[in-house]
Amino acid sequence: MKYMLLMSTAPVDGVPPMHEWAPQDAMANGMHMMQIHQELTESGELLGAEALSGSEAAKIVTGDGLSAPVVTDGPFPEAKELLAGFWMIDVESEQRAIEIAARTSAAPGPGGRPWRKPIQVRPVMSRPDPEV
Amino acid sequence: MTERTAVEELLRELSPQILGVLVRRYRDFAGAEDAVQEALLAAATQWPAEGLPSDPRGWLIAVAVRRLTDKWRSDEARRRREELGAVREPAAPPEVSEKDDSLSLLFLCCHPALTPGSAIPLTLRAVGGLTTAEIACAFLVPEATMAQRISRAKQRIKSSDVPFRMPAPAEWAERLRSVLHVLYLIFNEGYAPSTGADVARSALSGEAIRLTRALHGGLPDDPEVSGLLALMLLTDARRPARTGPNRELVPLAEQERALWDQALIAEGVALISAALPRGAVGDYQLQAAIAAVHDEAATAEDTDWPQILALYGLLERMTGNPMVALNRAVAAAMVDGPAAGLALLAGMDGRLAGHHRIDAARAHLLEMAGDVNGAIAHFRAAAGRTTSLAERTYLATKAARLGAIGT
Repeated sequence: MKYMLLMSTAPVDGVPPMHEWAPQDAMANGMHMMQIHQELTESGELLGAEALSGSEAAKIVTGDGLSAPVVTDGPFPEAKELLAGFWMIDVESEQRAIEIAARTSAAPGPGGRPWRKPIQVRPVMSRPDPEV
Repeated sequence: MTERTAVEELLRELSPQILGVLVRRYRDFAGAEDAVQEALLAAATQWPAEGLPSDPRGWLIAVAVRRLTDKWRSDEARRRREELGAVREPAAPPEVSEKDDSLSLLFLCCHPALTPGSAIPLTLRAVGGLTTAEIACAFLVPEATMAQRISRAKQRIKSSDVPFRMPAPAEWAERLRSVLHVLYLIFNEGYAPSTGADVARSALSGEAIRLTRALHGGLPDDPEVSGLLALMLLTDARRPARTGPNRELVPLAEQERALWDQALIAEGVALISAALPRGAVGDYQLQAAIAAVHDEAATAEDTDWPQILALYGLLERMTGNPMVALNRAVAAAMVDGPAAGLALLAGMDGRLAGHHRIDAARAHLLEMAGDVNGAIAHFRAAAGRTTSLAERTYLATKAARLGAIGT
C-alpha cells in the first residue's frame, strides 16, 4: 500500500522555529531524517521524498484554459496548512506507515528532546479491490 | 511489456529451470541469479546470430556454471564459498526433472518467511523471468526501489537457510498455500483498471495465469491449484467488459456479456467441474465455483442467486472472512429481497466498521429497497472511504445519479 507522509510548516507547541535552534540540535534533527531516509531506501519502501521551499519562493497559478494564466505570490494558507515536505512510501500495512511517521515525528528537537512534529499519513489512491 | 521473439520466449521458459539447477547445486541465490542473467544475455546475443544449440538448456547451464565459478575465483567470493561450503556442503545433486527445479524455485520464492511484498517481485523476477524494470513499472514504483526489495528478499532467503527442495509432507499444505496466495495476489494486482500503467499491470494477470498453469502442470491432481487457475480464468474472462470507454468501472450486473471471453470461461468451468468432485474443497475452488455461476448466466437476471448464496455460505464457514460475509448479504438480498440483505449487514458493522465496502453494499441494497436518500448517503460515505480512484468515481457517480432522480 502506498502512503504519503506530509509535514507542514506549522510551529510545534513550545518549540521555537528551527532557525532558532542550537546548531548541533538542528544537525541532530537532520541526521535523524537522513537515517530514516537511508533505512527506507535500503528496505525498498521509499518511493521518493522532497522538502519544499517556503512561501517566499512559491507562486499560485490560476488558469481558465483560454487566456493567459494568472500568477500571483499568494495568498497562501496559514503556516499550519502550508506543506513543508513529503515522503512517498510503499509499505505492507497502515501500521508500518504509522510507525515510520512516528519515528519521523520523534526526530530530536531542541536539547535532543523529541520534536513531536505532527505528520499526516494519507493513503494514495490505488487500484480497486478485486470483486470477490 | 514488449513483444518477445521466439528466442526470448524460449529463454524465458528456460530461465527458472537454469536458476533452479544452480540454486540447488550451489545454494547461492544471488550469485546464481547473476550467473543465469549473464548466460541469458550471452544466449540472447549469440543464438539469433549463430542458431540454437542442440541442447539449449545444457548450453545455458554450462555457461551459467562457468560464470558462477569465474566469479568465485576472486578472493572475497572464494571465502564466501568456503563459508557456505562449510555450513552446508551440498551433496552431489540428485538428478531431478526440469519441472521439479522450476517448481522448487517457485516454492522457494513464495516461502512463508517472506512478506507478500517481497515474495511477489522475487517470484516475478526469478520464476517469471520479468526484468526488474518491468516489475517496477507494473507496481508503479521506481526501479531502484524494486531492485532493493528483490535483493533483500534474496538476502532473507539466504539467511533463513531454507533448503532448496520441494517441501516435506509435513509442511506441504502450508507451503502450497503460500504459493497459491502469492499467485493470487499477482493476479489481483493486474486485474485492475488503473491509469498510466495499464499494459504493464494487465501483463501481471497474464503472468499469474502462466505461472499457475505451470504449477497446475506439475501438480495436476491438486484441486486447490485447479481451483485457483479456474478462478483466474473465469475472472479474467470478464476483463474486456469490466471497464467502459472512459476507463470507468462497470459493475458485473451492467457488463456487456457478449464481450466475455467464452474460451476462458469454458476452460475455467471444465477445470472447476473436474476439481470439485474430488472432495477436498478449498476456498479457491469455492470462489471459482461462484465465478462460474456468474459467467454461465446469459444475462444478469438469469444469475442463479440461490446457488451463489449457498456457495458464499460454505465459503464464509470455511474462511470466516468478513468480506465473504458481506458478499453473502448481497446474495441474500438477490434471493430474498433487500430487507434480508440489510438485516445481515446490520450484524456486521463491528467487523467491518469504517470500511467502504460495507457502505457501498448498504447503498446498493437501500437503492434496491427504494430508499433513495439512504442510498445516496451511503454511496457518498463509501466514495469518501475508498482508496481506489476508479471506485471513488463509480461511487460518487452513483450518488450523483440518484440525486438527480430524487429531485
